[in-house]
Formats: sequence, C-alpha cells, structure tokens
Amino acid sequence: MSFVFWLLAAITVAGGLAAVLLKNLVHCALALTVVFAGLALLFLQLDAQFAGFAQILVYVGAVAILVVFAILLTRSSETPKDGGVFSRTWGAGLAISAAVFAVLGWVVLQSEAGLPREISVPNVTVLQIGNALMGRYVLPLEIVALLLTAALIGAVIVAMHEKGDAK
Amino acid sequence: MLEKADQLFVLLRDWVVGFLPPGWRDAAGVVLGVIGIVAVFPGLFAITTVLERKGLGRMQNRIGPNRTGPFGILQPIADAIKSLTKEDIVPLNADAVVHFLAPVFLVVVVFMGFAVLPVGRNMVLVDMDASLLFYFAMGASTEVSIFMAGWSSRNKYSLLGAMRAVAQMISYEVPLLMSSIVVVMMTGSLSLVRIVEAQNQYTWGLPHWYIFTPWGCAAFVMYAIAATAETNRSPFDLPEGESELVAGYFTEYSGFKFALFFLGEYLGMLSISGLGTTLFLGGWSAPLAALNWVPSWIWFFSKVMLSIVVLIWVRGTLPRLRQDQLMNFAWKFVVPMTLLNLMVAALWRFLGEGWARWVVCSAILVIVYVAAGRAGMRGKHFGPRTYRYAE
Repeated sequence: MSFVFWLLAAITVAGGLAAVLLKNLVHCALALTVVFAGLALLFLQLDAQFAGFAQILVYVGAVAILVVFAILLTRSSETPKDGGVFSRTWGAGLAISAAVFAVLGWVVLQSEAGLPREISVPNVTVLQIGNALMGRYVLPLEIVALLLTAALIGAVIVAMHEKGDAK
Repeated sequence: MLEKADQLFVLLRDWVVGFLPPGWRDAAGVVLGVIGIVAVFPGLFAITTVLERKGLGRMQNRIGPNRTGPFGILQPIADAIKSLTKEDIVPLNADAVVHFLAPVFLVVVVFMGFAVLPVGRNMVLVDMDASLLFYFAMGASTEVSIFMAGWSSRNKYSLLGAMRAVAQMISYEVPLLMSSIVVVMMTGSLSLVRIVEAQNQYTWGLPHWYIFTPWGCAAFVMYAIAATAETNRSPFDLPEGESELVAGYFTEYSGFKFALFFLGEYLGMLSISGLGTTLFLGGWSAPLAALNWVPSWIWFFSKVMLSIVVLIWVRGTLPRLRQDQLMNFAWKFVVPMTLLNLMVAALWRFLGEGWARWVVCSAILVIVYVAAGRAGMRGKHFGPRTYRYAE
C-alpha cells in the first residue's frame, strides 16, 4: 500500500465525512464531488484508465451537477438546519450502516479466496473493454440502453404539462 | 539540421535532464514539460487577447487598443498590471471559500487538458491509451467551477448566468463527444498521438486529414459549433452576455480572480482549438508532403491560431442566440446529425476504396442537412413564445 494510496484514501474519506457533517447543503454536494474525484484517482492508481476517466466524466461532470441542481431547485439552501446535522434516530442509522458494512466486508473477504491468482497486474486496454462490450456483454449493454431511454422518456413525461391543462 | 529543428524542444529537454542523476531524469523531464506548457499557452493567451481586441475593433469599424506599444501589442501587460493592482472585492454574504476556489479550480482543470495534446512530433506531455477520454473528463469538470462561481456570489444574476451556462455546456457536451467519436471510430484508438499519426500520411501530396473526408468535414463543423458553445463564445455567450446579465457568473469577481476566469476561458478556447486541430486538421502534420521540412510544432501552433482567428471572426460577425434557440438547435438538429454522421462514417468504411464512397457519403450528408434544415424552419412561428416543458 503506497503513500499515494494512503493520500488518496485520506482525501476520499475526508470528503465523505465532510459530505455528511457539513451544515450547508451545497457545501455537502461539493464535498461529494471531491469524493468522486478521489475515487477516480484511486481507479487511476490501480491502472484502470478507462474506469478512472469515465468516473470523472460521468460523476463529476454530470452527476455532481445534477445533485447540485436538484438541491437548488427543490429546497432553500440559504438557511442551514437548526439543531445540527444529526437526526434524532442516529442510533438506528448507525446500527443499520454497521450491519451493511459488515455484510459487504464479509462478502469481499470471502470472495478474495475464490479469485484466480494473477502473476502480474493485468493491463486492460480500452480495446479489450470495447471488444468485451460489443462481444460477450452486448446483451447487458442493450438492456442498459433500453433502461436509460425509458428513464429519459419518463423524466420528460413527468416534467411535461399535458396540452389541455391550465398553465 | 531540419530534423534537429523539428525535435528542438525534445533535444533541449534531454540535454537539461542529462545533468541530473539517472533516478531523477523522468520526473525532471515531466517537470520541464509542465514548465513549457505553463509558459507557452499563457503567452498564446496574451497574443489572443490583443488579436481579439484589435480584430473585433476593426470588424466593428473602430481601431481597438493602440496606446500601449505599437498597434497595442503591449496591452496584455497593461491588463495584467491592472488586474493585479485592483482591489479584490468579495460580497459580504458570499460564500468565501467557494468564491475563492472557483477560479482556481477552473484554471487547474483547463491546464490539465493541455497535458494530452500532441504539440509536435514526439512532443506530448503524457501519452496515455485513453487520452481523448481524459481530455473530455477535464472539460466536463469545468462546469462544476462555473456553478461554484455563480452560486457562491449570492447574486440572482450570477446564479441565473451560471445555470444557463451549465445547461448550455451540458447540452453541447453531447455533440462535442459524438463528433469526436467518429474520429475515434475511424482511427481505431482513443490515443491522440495515434490519431495524429493516422492523419500524417499523404496521397498525391495531399494529406489524409479527416477534415478532407465527407464525414470528417461534417464532424468538424459540428465540433466547431459545439466547441464555440462549450467555451461560451459568441454566438453562444448568453451566460455572460454583457447586455443581459452584466457579466453572468463572474459578476462579483474583481481583480486577480476575474483575471483568472478570463485566463481560464481563453485557455479553454486554445485547448479546444488544439483538440480540434488534433482530431480533424491533422495535428502537427504539414498540409503538403513537400512542406515537411517546416518543424511540426510550427504547424500545430499555426493551426491553433487559425482556429482562434476564426472564433474571433465569428464573434464579431454573428448575433447572439437566445437560450431556448441554442438548446433547441443542440438537441433537435446537431445531435441527430452527429448520429447520422456516425452511420455515414460506417458506410464509408464498408464501401471500400474508390470514388463511389465519396459521392454516396457526401450526398447523404448534404441532402439530410438541407432537408432537416428546411423542415425545422417550416414549423417556426415567430410569435410570442410558449413553453411546453418548462412552465
């Protein structure tokens, strides 16, 4: 575990903590953007170039903007909540998140035993990803495309006024 | 001798780096490359500001700056001194941290984009397998900084300008990427170095630049439109329209932070012109095989400055588009044309060599363009506007 990994991990965790502990909601959204960037850098540190750049392109470039627009258009971000950022039921939240983390950690540690032993780090090029997407995984690709089209049409329908409605 | 002129900066870097112990050479080489980028591109930015002000001035039948130095060429120095000595005003209610970070973030992200542009033969700072994707990832991050600037100013007009700018940039992100995908498809690689090398071939003395093919020409036109919109240049500069929104998202910035925004915007223009030359105009390759004796980096910078001149020219000529007009244009015309262009490029590949594919592909593109343009204009009624999706 190199120094770069610890630095990036520290940035990501700090961003995540800031995203839940800050009072101003738009600051939380910007801290979330730092988390996305930290994750992308972790991908790059593992030599997964395509995953890292796609993470920046999709998450920082689109999802972060979407989160920020949603915050701005739906609630007033001017006045922070009185009474701090923790809700009254924080105990139950802590218990549930600890349980989920335990399950995820157990699954990851269990699966490590089942992975084939690699001699060297595999160098996955974009060519291989492209071949895999168009060859072996073309059906999931088409299903995801269908899902995205349905989501897009649904969003337009929700936002649209019917022609006969009073404006 | 000419080989040396072409590789001048590479040889210079190797000579300087040769003085250091072997363990430090790679890092020092990278640092020297970074210094080169940070020195050259802001220098081009200074030249661009003079060109713009003089050029716009002549197009608007006035002279432009002529006091500082002959023909006003020392104007950037005067501008720099002015912006450094102006008072830095931050509104009382503004979010100070975000207000400070927004221009910094913009400049950092725009400089990162320069790292993957192949400026000459063997002259690219980072040669990655997926460098085009890295460039677009950096381009997408500029929207976050614009939003940060507009929101942190606590100013209605700034926020409105920022929302418009982000909406426009997201809308034109799609045609920008889709017109670049055609180039990737025909080259077979996302690496900008490979794309330039694929265009560096000559048939009968004429180069294989992608702009000289039907699908490449259409893609270049759409890329140019999307690039103008991405950098918020006229005719797409409603977010910073001086007559509408004061200065849009950087209304509340003064002094050096405004200069940083200005720098970021013009560097963005240089950067996207650089990418356009790499993808369509052949990067550092010479226009005729006989002109290969001129160093490759001279060709690259000439083409970039030519693109800048065209951008300035368009700014001085065309009126500004309204927000709904430009969004309409993006989603209803440019995106379908980019999809059609993808299919035409595939058709080009599978029709095989010969003159038939030129005629067929050009015919398809021209006919659809004219028909779609006429059909789009027929439905327009120029009365009071009604909105269907945004009431």
